[in-house]
Amino acid sequence: MRKTLLALATGLLLAGSVSAASAADKLKVGFIYLGPIGDLGWTYQHDQGRLALEKELGDKIETTYLENVPEGPDAERAIEQLVRAGNKLIFTTSFGYMDPTLKVAKKYPNVHFEHATGYKRDKNMSTYSSKWYQGRYIQGLIAAKMSKTGVLGYIGSFPIPEVVSGINATILAAQTINPNIKVKIIWANTWFDPGKEADAAKALVDQGADVIMQHTDSPAAMQIAAERGKLAFGQDSEMIKFGPKAQLTSILDTWGPYYIARVKAELDGTWKSEDTWGGLDSHMFAMAPYTNMPDDVKKMAEDAQAAITAGKLHPFKCPVVGQDGKEVECKGGDHLDDGQILGMNFYVKGIDDKIPGK
Amino acid sequence: MQLVLEKRAERSNAIALVSPLIAIGLTIVTMTILFAILGKNPLLALQAYFIAPLTDGYSLQEIAVKATPLVMIAIGLSLCYLANAWNIGAEGQFLIGAVAGSWIAVKTQGTDAGAWVLPAMLLLGAIGGALYALIPAICKVKFGASEILTSLMLVYVADLFLDYLVRGPWRDPHGFNFPTTAEFDPVATVPVLIEGGRLHLGSIIALLVVAAAAVLLGRTIKGFEIRVVGAAPRAARFGGFNANQLIILTFAVSGALAGLAGIIEVAGPIGHLQPGISPGYGFTAIIVAFLGRLNPIGILIAGLFLALTFIGGEQAQIAMKIPLDVTKVFQGILLFYVLACDSLILYRFRLVFPNRQVTRGTG
Repeated sequence: MRKTLLALATGLLLAGSVSAASAADKLKVGFIYLGPIGDLGWTYQHDQGRLALEKELGDKIETTYLENVPEGPDAERAIEQLVRAGNKLIFTTSFGYMDPTLKVAKKYPNVHFEHATGYKRDKNMSTYSSKWYQGRYIQGLIAAKMSKTGVLGYIGSFPIPEVVSGINATILAAQTINPNIKVKIIWANTWFDPGKEADAAKALVDQGADVIMQHTDSPAAMQIAAERGKLAFGQDSEMIKFGPKAQLTSILDTWGPYYIARVKAELDGTWKSEDTWGGLDSHMFAMAPYTNMPDDVKKMAEDAQAAITAGKLHPFKCPVVGQDGKEVECKGGDHLDDGQILGMNFYVKGIDDKIPGK
Repeated sequence: MQLVLEKRAERSNAIALVSPLIAIGLTIVTMTILFAILGKNPLLALQAYFIAPLTDGYSLQEIAVKATPLVMIAIGLSLCYLANAWNIGAEGQFLIGAVAGSWIAVKTQGTDAGAWVLPAMLLLGAIGGALYALIPAICKVKFGASEILTSLMLVYVADLFLDYLVRGPWRDPHGFNFPTTAEFDPVATVPVLIEGGRLHLGSIIALLVVAAAAVLLGRTIKGFEIRVVGAAPRAARFGGFNANQLIILTFAVSGALAGLAGIIEVAGPIGHLQPGISPGYGFTAIIVAFLGRLNPIGILIAGLFLALTFIGGEQAQIAMKIPLDVTKVFQGILLFYVLACDSLILYRFRLVFPNRQVTRGTG
């Protein structure tokens, strides 16, 4: 009995080492995820990107991921673990990984890093993000058309520029349809917490909002909207199955093409540090089908999408008026420039609220 | 027929020693079955978990870094628990300590302040944590408010206070309005012990804390007092020990240690103040305290062991592509067996058959 066990053990160990050897010539690509891959939102979409990558280049690469990595002291270790396991290109997929990624990047100059949604770069560290405010603008148009109460409900995650610019883009769009549109904002102070997100959605509906939009990652708000017979926008991912009668559209993060392009560059030896901020025209994200709305609204949304994609419509076209009633300096010609949007820390006129901590 | 748990008349020292080994053995058996069901090689998985992290310097350092705050907080908590004072809010004291110490770092940013900065930060961190812990302690002593509830609820207050600071007054002016302070200056940073690694001075401080607690509990009258008040409150009263005073003292000490752990974590591995500086250290430390049987050396071992399961869990995820949930199940099963084996040292199961005559009489 003991001999059989021993033989079994040796066999198992050998089997393991063989598969490790054959994997050695492949490029190892690592991913750090904020949520579980089953969050059906942000992390799920990144993992879909990883799977697209495997499908496209599976014979040349091997991917590994660490999920549920908190944006604190553990992140640096998690990233370094991936480096030490032999990964040569590492995607860190949340804003809070910025400083840890930079620290590890400085320590391992021969490994390449790609950080999502941040602003710190180095010669071996790129950043990538999407102009989601373009999608928010389209949502704002739809919301203003579809709302009967004239009150929109918005679930914010953290009051960082990306989220604030999304709120502003929504309201600027909505004001072109209904100048008196109101928005109620609740900050969940989390990216992923279905319980809190659901509570926020309930509170917004109770305050009279009949269209719910969110900048958090789970389909919880969609489910509440469906339950209460209200309308909602999905986030990151296709959420129609959580609200077949509720979802108007959803901003879909489509990371696959970007991941494939970057890994191909790495394989060719042409990878270099870049700052990618892609919009509808570069397919960094897409809009889910426009559903649960009359044809004229759908047509309006499609027209707006086409205009934004073609560069004919800019959500932050000047003049943009802040809450204080003063016009915001117009640094980008006829619209706000990228820096102003990336660092946005003010609400536009018509939002009856203030940014937390300001 | 009934199954009851009854206290053993005497405990066997030999069993007490091998009980953790039995627990680990049972975990390995259970996980082997689970890994086999998942189609993963159990031997390689266990190797990734327990052996790989112990075989290279980098992982050993990481284990020490992870264990440092856990051990420091758990030592303070053990003093509370031994004295029957239930401080559940170490997480909040950790955060307030981090905030209090960071105040100096933020205010001296970019000013060539000199070598006094770090010691002052550590001191202020400890004082901040202690003062924060005194709130539930004083409420308990003066008004009889449950310290379990008040200390727990103050965690959320601390969390939101930290949030307010990094979004408002302390926000990095060059940080695109993202919620974080600027990186601390080098004089406000806990020095690293080995070049290129992450092992820092805080681990040495944690070891000193363990030694101090061992001396306090084993060799001083105060330590004796703590244990008597916890184990036999009536006897302690007859002995002239003041239980209320002890609640204040143990809360202050445990708050100070949690606060110190907080500022060390912020000024060390993180390097700036931001929301989410603790992945629940204050709560995990409660597990560490009990896993270490409220004994300083036991806590040191338990802290290192828990850190090993974290590091090993990550390595198993990478090496074996085992999902995170499985590594969590692994940790859970391990804790379950350790605590179950511990219970069986002190208690035993017995089948109790109901007395037939009584049954007939009532029926």
